[in-house]
Amino acid sequence: MKPPPFAYHRPDTAEEAVQLLTEYGPDARVLAGGQSLLPLLNRRLVRPIALVDVARLAALRGTGRQDGALRVGALTTHAALERTADPHVRDGLPVLPETARLIGHLPVRVRGTVGGSLAHADPAAEWCLLAVLLDADLDVLGPEGQRTIPAAEFFTGAHRTALAPGDLLTGVRFPRPAATAAVAEYGPQRGSLPLVAAGAEIVLGPDGRIAATRIALGGVEDRPVRSGTAEQALLGGVPEPRLLDHAARLAAKDLDPRADHRAPAGYRRDLARTLTGRTLAASLARSTARLQEATAP
Amino acid sequence: MTTPIPLELSANGAAHTLAVDPRRSLADVLRRDLGLTGTTVGCETGVCGSCTVLVNGEPVRSCLMLAAQADGTAVETVESLAENDPTSGRLNPLQRSFKENFALQCGFCTPGFLMLGTALLRKEPTADRARITECVAANLCRCTGYAAIVDAVEAATRTGDAFGPEDQEQEGADA
Repeated sequence: MKPPPFAYHRPDTAEEAVQLLTEYGPDARVLAGGQSLLPLLNRRLVRPIALVDVARLAALRGTGRQDGALRVGALTTHAALERTADPHVRDGLPVLPETARLIGHLPVRVRGTVGGSLAHADPAAEWCLLAVLLDADLDVLGPEGQRTIPAAEFFTGAHRTALAPGDLLTGVRFPRPAATAAVAEYGPQRGSLPLVAAGAEIVLGPDGRIAATRIALGGVEDRPVRSGTAEQALLGGVPEPRLLDHAARLAAKDLDPRADHRAPAGYRRDLARTLTGRTLAASLARSTARLQEATAP
Repeated sequence: MTTPIPLELSANGAAHTLAVDPRRSLADVLRRDLGLTGTTVGCETGVCGSCTVLVNGEPVRSCLMLAAQADGTAVETVESLAENDPTSGRLNPLQRSFKENFALQCGFCTPGFLMLGTALLRKEPTADRARITECVAANLCRCTGYAAIVDAVEAATRTGDAFGPEDQEQEGADA
């Protein structure tokens, strides 16, 4: 099908975009890469009266350091992160390019943007998972000016966010390097959104015990969730397979999985356990390698 | 409510200045306004990939791009392939390879696969079978079962041919 008619604007500044979004109110949509919005428009599942195409806002594109954090502009494409040469990303957050590769197929990654994916807030989307896992801050320009929303408060449900009419997501900041973080996901078809995705970070102390850890799961509930109990269980422990397995079991047990035509709740729970185990193992391997590097003469 | 949007783009090297209804897709403008009907439109929801064209050298689903978003870009469609290779008859080496390897039956998806393959071979002229499989997984073909398509692209990696503008400007590829 073809989209219903809409007014189209292509502002040159973020302020202009926010002004347009504010004037149109809740019936306007931001158009970034269009890889989520255009399928919805073509199927007439959404009928905005206006699209505000933000492609010309060059300041929203690309990565950079900001007060020790890594800032990813909202218009940075998945492909740009996948291919990035930015050492802050490659060394500090290698999980970003690795995750970018998991998204869709190349034609989607070339157009689709990090900001678009975050604002679309699909419960299984990879960037939403990483934002929650790594306690990212989301920068928003609204009618009242600039503000920051922590990832834990940004996602309010399936395809629901804390963004209000008139708001433009301008970027996401990952507050610190997380060189050992890893992501694992599973779906019946590569290139589609996964059924479940798991992210984890294990940091080993000099004594070889787990000094810090994070676990988050996407696709299971209506938004990505951290797994506090499993994190607690790991903290201070000796990273043996049995402990990791125990944590993965706890992470899965804590969940209230959704059921839909793609998978029943129990299957999502099983996936959550398996994928948490895998991603913990992957992160541990990285952390061990770093520890060995650091202690090598 | 929907004022036409001015649009300047190059299609297969030819510059065009148009005014388009903002809701029209790049695919529709290529087919109807520019007469480039080689690009086929399957699902219009970004699932099948048959409408894949190159925008600034990158493969893009032209049903998931408004024509207005293509302002200032260089678009390449399947029509550009044969003409780029006038010395060897109608078809370029990738197209010939599709024919020789039986990589099409009904042919509807073929333009999309050719453009995917073109983008891959330009960036990775010696792509291996795993890379090719990963690349063509973006598009659907209901006839061939894919093996022949992978064979065709793989065979094209052995011809040593170049597949188009190597130093093409990539600006704006990152939309």
